Formats: sequence, structure tokens, C-alpha cells
Amino acid sequence: MNTISRTENQALARTVLELDVYNHPGVMSHVVGLFSRRAYNVEGILVMPVGGGVTSRIWLLVNEDERLDQMVKQVEKLEDVLAVRRHGAEHEVFVRLEEFFR
Amino acid sequence: MSKPTYETLSGAQIVVRLLERQGVRTLAGIPGGAILPIYDALSQSALIHHVLARHEQGGGFIAQGIARATGVPAVCMASSGPGATNLLTAIADAKLDSIPLVAITGQVPRAMIGTDAFQEVDTYGLSIPITKHNFLLNSAEDLLEVIPRAFRIAASGRPGPVLIDIPKDVQNQVVEVGEWPAVGVAEVVPAPAAERVALAAAMINEASRPILYLGGGVVHSAASAAAVALAEKAALPTVMTLMALGAMPVEHSLSLGMLGMHGARFTNLALDECDLLIAVGARFDDRATGKVAGFCPQAKIVHIDIDPSELDKIKTAHVGIAGDVGAVLQTLLPAVEAQQRLAWLSRVASLKAAHPLRLPGIDDPRTPYGLIRAVADCLDDQATITTDVGQHQMWVAQAYPLRRPRQWLTSGGLGTMGFGMPAAIGAALAEPERTVVCFTGDGSILMNVQELVTAAEEGVNVKIVLMNNSSLGLVFQQQTMFYGERIYASKFKGMPDFVRVAEGFGVPAIDLDTESDPHAALAAALSSRGPMLIHASIAMHEQVLPMVPPGAANKDMIGG
Repeated sequence: MNTISRTENQALARTVLELDVYNHPGVMSHVVGLFSRRAYNVEGILVMPVGGGVTSRIWLLVNEDERLDQMVKQVEKLEDVLAVRRHGAEHEVFVRLEEFFR
Repeated sequence: MSKPTYETLSGAQIVVRLLERQGVRTLAGIPGGAILPIYDALSQSALIHHVLARHEQGGGFIAQGIARATGVPAVCMASSGPGATNLLTAIADAKLDSIPLVAITGQVPRAMIGTDAFQEVDTYGLSIPITKHNFLLNSAEDLLEVIPRAFRIAASGRPGPVLIDIPKDVQNQVVEVGEWPAVGVAEVVPAPAAERVALAAAMINEASRPILYLGGGVVHSAASAAAVALAEKAALPTVMTLMALGAMPVEHSLSLGMLGMHGARFTNLALDECDLLIAVGARFDDRATGKVAGFCPQAKIVHIDIDPSELDKIKTAHVGIAGDVGAVLQTLLPAVEAQQRLAWLSRVASLKAAHPLRLPGIDDPRTPYGLIRAVADCLDDQATITTDVGQHQMWVAQAYPLRRPRQWLTSGGLGTMGFGMPAAIGAALAEPERTVVCFTGDGSILMNVQELVTAAEEGVNVKIVLMNNSSLGLVFQQQTMFYGERIYASKFKGMPDFVRVAEGFGVPAIDLDTESDPHAALAAALSSRGPMLIHASIAMHEQVLPMVPPGAANKDMIGG
């Protein structure tokens, strides 16, 4: 994904993934490693603990491509991932953050 | 309710007790500074036999041999740093072939993690992409949850390797243990979706040219009998991947043998004509499919696999069924009509007659196929066969009469040279009543040759058949076929005296080249007890044929 220009990148359809995970030091490595080893760029990442902190929620903003279904299946296989939900790019979690990135 | 009696135990003692409770009786490894507390505790175990490997990769493959022969998770151990990095290849190999393995590594004390301490390496980070799951322990108490869980993960669903990294201070940490956790066993797999099974049955009933395509999942699921029953009832010609060999006996009238890069011509040609492919516990590996667009181009696909991420990964299935393949086949069987399929079976028979698997030299024990056949003639189906990786592996896959699941232990996905001999040691330790034959080459044997002394020390009943063509044969073959015969770095100039090498390690050896009656010499060597190396020279120009050029469609085979 590094080879495509910024305008091309913005033209691609986006997907927002919402993951419920166990909150421990290795979780992020497990999740992003699935993407990085396939040269699949993650455009945005947000993580915060949920409730008492036993679990966390990870929000990922990714470009939609033909590998996305396989990516979601791989994420679902991770031991520390409890649930995966897919949302459209219109999901407000990243939209509301945009003001911090100006 | 009786009060639990508390025991004061170190993390290391908890590890050993949990392994004992798990039923582990043999494990392989090498000690070092950061895992010494566990080894100290292990020395007090009356139940566990520790096999001292001479390289951690050898230890990992010994454990793999145990796991592949039995289907039960096996354990290997290594210290931190180079101990852990040496183990990585064996772990990656287990991942690609879905082998249940539990690797336990020592780590520097927690306070020193991240300081570039002596023999510190990020074992957790290094092992993420090559394990099914991994753990870095933070307290001795956590061992009570993590170790059974590691065994459960290794054995559940699609099996695989799990790594547990235990800092030295956690091994030394003393805690009170009241209750012991239940041992980790495979989770029950949800039953397959009934309507999908019905759909698959309908497709099988309607197909005119179906082929059953069995993969390693059939062996993992102990579903060989169910697969053969389905094939027989629905008259399904059956191909096997490298990993599935033995699932259907080689002489079975419906068996088309191995498919793919070194499959027989008739096998790949039959696949080219099929109108329905029923993939069972197979993952459409590129060595099996060749160019995917040219693989079974006319076929609809039923894909049954325990791992949902395999469905639609390479080929989109018309019906994908996630589930334990044994359970799915049991459900499928009554829904499938008994058929004779005379037209299709007769078409397959004529393809077989016109394009058979050619095994030149099969009667001459001084040729590759002839040597393999001569070895097979000395053994029965109780023997276990391991291989290394290269030409010898493909020749054995083509020519050895495999008839039993778990008879055949080979490194398929990762294709690791150096796998065969330590895996054979593990298989022989797990099932000492069997003769274990390791076919190897002069390239592969040297990659874990140090384990010869382990074989001698353990007195395992392992017969190493070393097919020596003085080259990296498959590289030599590819350079000959696809690189204008520019042979480079594949012919060995120096050649060890392998008979003396083996004897130097304490393993008796014979040289078939100098035996006037090679059949008699083989029979005597294979019927003796204990480790033995059998050296046999092979001509360098011998090739594995047919061969699908890398990237080509399977029907475009060369030779054979």
C-alpha cells in the first residue's frame, strides 16, 4: 500500500473493524502482525480498555481490498480476540478523531 | 467438601507437575542458564523421560516426531536467546503442517527483560507469526492457567504449536498451590451446518465426474476410514496431498495417489477433467494445485475444513463446510447415494493406463525407486516412514506403499531439510515397538546430523536410509531443467564418509554400494534392533518425474 499515492489512497473504500480483545501486552502485536506480514496497511488504530480493563476494544481503519474477508477470518482465529465487527467507513469513531490530525 | 491441602512449590516445579498431569512422558530439549530451574525440577520427576537433543532444532523435531506419530501434543524445551532462536524452525514447521506442539523456553528474569541481557531475545515477538498462540509468563500462579490452556490450544480445532516463554524468576517464584487445574484437552468442535452437508451430498449425487481430494486434516481428524467409506459408497476416485498419504491405502482401486507437482500424469489429468472436487482437510497448497486458475478448471468445489479461514482462501467453494472433517464425513455418508459411476471410473482407468506413474528401475535396488521398493519389501505396514526434504522425499512419496494414517511423517508445508532423522527418533520413542525408517539425502542429513548421537544414546529403532547423489538433488534438477543447465552451488565437492560419520556418533552403518547382495544386506539391517545407517549411492542425474514447472498448470507436466 506504500506505493500508492495519498489521493489514490483516499479514493479507496474504507472499512472500520471493531475488535473486542483481552487486554494484555501482546495483543496489539498479534493483531497488527497479521496485517503487516501480508503487507496490508492499517490506516488508523485506536485502543482503549473497556469496563474493568480485562478487555480492550481495538478500532482499525483499513482499506477494503480483496484480502479483507481473509483478514477478518484470520483476526477471528486469534486466541485473544473475542469478537470482530465490521463497519462502513462512515462509522464516526475515526471521523470524530480527525480534528486531532489537522 | 474436603479442604484442599496446600503445597509450596516453585514455578519450575509447577511446570513439571502440570506436564506430568498432562500425561507427558517423553520430551526433548537442551538446558541452559535461563531454564535451569525447570531442569532442576525435571530431574526430580519419576515420570518424565527427558531426551537430550544436541541442537534445539533437533529437539523440536524429536517432539514433532512424537506428536506426528501419536496425534497428541508433544513438548520441547530450550533456554533463552540462541536456544529459543534455534527452536524457531521446528516451530514454524509445526505451524505449517498443523502439528500440536508445546514449546517451553526459558527467558531472562523479568527485571532484565528489555536490557539486552545475556542470552536475551524477544522470543515472544519472534514466535508470534509461527505459533498458533504464545505466552510470556508474568507469575508462577499464571502457570496453572497457561499450561493446560497451551495444551488445549495446541490440540483444539486445527492443531498447531504453542510457545510458553517463562522468565527465570517466575520459574523460581514460590507459591502455594491448593487445587490443580483440569488437564488441557481438545475442545469439542461444533457440529457442521446440516443444510450445507445436505447441499454437498446433493452435489456429490448429481456430479458425473467427481474427485475426492484428501489433505492432512483427514489424518489429524482420524477420519481415514470415513473418507474411504465415502469414496467407496459414492464411487469417488481419490487423490491425496503429500500430508494425506496413507489415508487411503495405495492399492485401493479408487486411489489415484498423490496429486500436484510430482503426482502421476493420470492423477493430474483426471483432476483436469473432474466436474466436482470434494476437498477434505486440504488447503489448496500451491504444490498441490499448480497454477490455481488451471486447477480443476471445470469443477464445482465442496470444501470441508475445520479451519473456517481455509474456506474460500485460494479457491471459492460452492459449498464450504466448517467442521471436524471426521464428523462431517459421518454426516455426509448416509446422505450420499450409492453409485457405480462406471463411465467416469472407466475414463479414469483409461487415463491411468495411458499415463501411469512410471517408476523406472523399480526392480534394481541401486536406483532410487528400486531402493525404496527394496526397503518396503523388508517391512510391513507397522513400520513408520519419515523423510527429509528433496528428491528422496518425492521419490518415497511416489513409490512407497503407504497404507496407514500416521505411517508417513514428512515436512510438507515448510519443507525443512533436517526434519527426518530427529522426527524419526521422536516417532521411535513414542512407539518403540515399530521400526522407523528415515529416508534422507546427503544434503538433508547434514542439517541435523548431530542427532545421530541422540539416536545412539536412546537406542531407538531408527533405520536411516541415506540416498547419496553427491548433490542438492532437487536444486540440481531445477537448474538442469529451468536454468539452462547452469549447475551452481548444488554439486558437493567435498563428501563426508557417511559410514564413518555414523560410526563416529555411535550408530552402526552399512554401505549398500559395497554389498554384493543389497537385498540381503537391507533385510539384515532392517530386521536388527536399534539405530542403523544404510548408505546407498544414487546417480546424480536421476530426476523426480513427472514435474510441473513452478507456476505452471498441473496438466502441463514435464516427463514421466
